[in-house]
Amino acid sequence: MRFALLLLFPVMAAAQTKSGLDYASDEIRKLQASDAENPGMLWVDQGAALFGKECAACHQKVKGIAARYPRVEKEKIVTLEQMVRHRKPALVYESEEMLALTSYLAHESREMKMNTEIAEKDIARGKTEYFRRRGQMNLSCSHCHDASAGKKLGAETVSQGQPNGYPAYRLEWQKLGSLHRRMRSCMFGLHAELPPFGSELLNELELYLAWRAKGLPIESPAVRR
Amino acid sequence: MAIARIRLPENARRGETVEVRLVIQHPMETGFRRENGERVKRNAIHSLVCRYQGAEVFRATLSTGIAANPTLRFFLRAVETGDLDFWWLDDDEIEGTVKARLVVT
Repeated sequence: MRFALLLLFPVMAAAQTKSGLDYASDEIRKLQASDAENPGMLWVDQGAALFGKECAACHQKVKGIAARYPRVEKEKIVTLEQMVRHRKPALVYESEEMLALTSYLAHESREMKMNTEIAEKDIARGKTEYFRRRGQMNLSCSHCHDASAGKKLGAETVSQGQPNGYPAYRLEWQKLGSLHRRMRSCMFGLHAELPPFGSELLNELELYLAWRAKGLPIESPAVRR
Repeated sequence: MAIARIRLPENARRGETVEVRLVIQHPMETGFRRENGERVKRNAIHSLVCRYQGAEVFRATLSTGIAANPTLRFFLRAVETGDLDFWWLDDDEIEGTVKARLVVT
């Protein structure tokens, strides 16, 4: 028996990259699949209107933009949110306008693969943070999202923590939220100090997650528990 | 500004029963939630009416037990091409309206 388990282990270690959708219930999948019911689409509609009014004068091509972010430009991480914030006055992180625009842009890149051009040398800091223990729980991201993906945490199934569905509609939030908000929720659960939205730590982690999710299709606006 | 999504079949035959789906963007605050120690005021949609060519075909009474961004689904019989007018009112006395056209062939 023990021998059989040992044989199994390498197979499990080489688990493939799976979207959070693969861990979701049938109801959640149905909700996400139908544009008529997916509540995230409300923000996409809002974003489309806002983009047409505020951004379309300069930016005509929107397809595939979200798939190229986050990226590294001149040794600095640039996220989609930061890109949206180039217009002054800059939108506040997690504001309705910001969520509307980012979800609209992400939706325009639906089914496209996550940024595949992130260089391995750029993710070093994010990777360190991903494996760093934090909070009173003293757990790193990896303890749940690599070692325990697929297992239960209360009534929830732990996913691999892939970012391809964000901005996503979370039933717990009762609204759409960004990846940064999602990471902060994880840290809240760990009883760790919460880094502010758009902080360097969250950006580094976002870049690492994007690199880790290489090849996964963008699902935004996804629906998650 | 009222934000809602309506789904109707692209067109319907006369006398056919069609499914209407409506999702409204609304926080549906229960009045029990706190934010930074302050109680968030109750604000939920309490009444919703759908009129088909001016005649009321659907009415719903909603309350705080319903999740944010409520989804409603109902059926009606297609008679002739006309507008479906939705109207709703929340605790802040803010009205929402949205319109969709049902095409009957």
